[in-house]
Amino acid sequence: MTQEVFEVFRQERKGRPFEHAGSVVAPDADFAEAWAREQYGRRGESAALWLVPRDAIRDVEDWADEFDLKYRRVDGYSIKTRLKEARERAAARPR
Amino acid sequence: MNELLLGLADDELVLGWRESEWTGIAPMLEEDVAFSSIAQNEIGHARAVYQLLTDDADALAFDRRPEEYRCAPLVELRRLEWAPTIARRWLYELADQVRIEHLMRDEDSRVAGLAAKIDREEAYHRMHAEMWHARLAGEPRFEAAVAELWPYALGVLPEQQRPELAARANRPRDEVSQAVERGAHSDDLQALWEEMTSVRRSVPGAAW
Repeated sequence: MTQEVFEVFRQERKGRPFEHAGSVVAPDADFAEAWAREQYGRRGESAALWLVPRDAIRDVEDWADEFDLKYRRVDGYSIKTRLKEARERAAARPR
Repeated sequence: MNELLLGLADDELVLGWRESEWTGIAPMLEEDVAFSSIAQNEIGHARAVYQLLTDDADALAFDRRPEEYRCAPLVELRRLEWAPTIARRWLYELADQVRIEHLMRDEDSRVAGLAAKIDREEAYHRMHAEMWHARLAGEPRFEAAVAELWPYALGVLPEQQRPELAARANRPRDEVSQAVERGAHSDDLQALWEEMTSVRRSVPGAAW
């Protein structure tokens, strides 16, 4: 039986993001579903699952940062103060 | 006591016990988890049905003599290979579906309600069984196991429900007369019974 790896993503409650839970090795998507149901859902711990063949995933893990482009980053911009000011303005606005 | 319901509960208990014997040694890790989980579900169904029949489910489940059990010989058989294990799982689910569908129309609403509840879980068992059937159908060892177990599968059901099973299993209707009937037990039940009831027999009334 040729086997394939399916990555399993699990949603804990409706509306929550899916998070990587693990994987199952299965001969096809039907087996992957049946096995994932039992491995990741039999205790009622999942509202939904996504099963993704590992081959369908495009891996991106190399990053070039040769020219020190840290000015593109948002570190150092504190949004907290600006958010507070915006809230105060909104509260002061006549309705 | 309702013999049909007691037979159902005993089938689920003994099959759950039998199939639990694969825990740790099923052919693939994923299947090991799935198969064990299904076995555990079947024992859960047995408990729910025993609770309909009595106030002390443990006593009914564990304090009878082997000959008092009403399980069908199909669920007792000890088969140490995967092909007959899956063949039995598939045949049992087909037969159980016919039986549960009848119980869902029972005039006792508690019985009909419990049958519907069991059926919702069995849907996943059927999915699992059908998936294996689709993969193994046509394999000589699997087909030989189905042929060997077919008369036992017929014996799970009362006579009038057997033609329906034959239709769903795609087997000729005239084979229904070959059924291995409920009532007599296979030799395999004795060893299972001894293990299953060992705690209750050594400590009467033990609960866990």
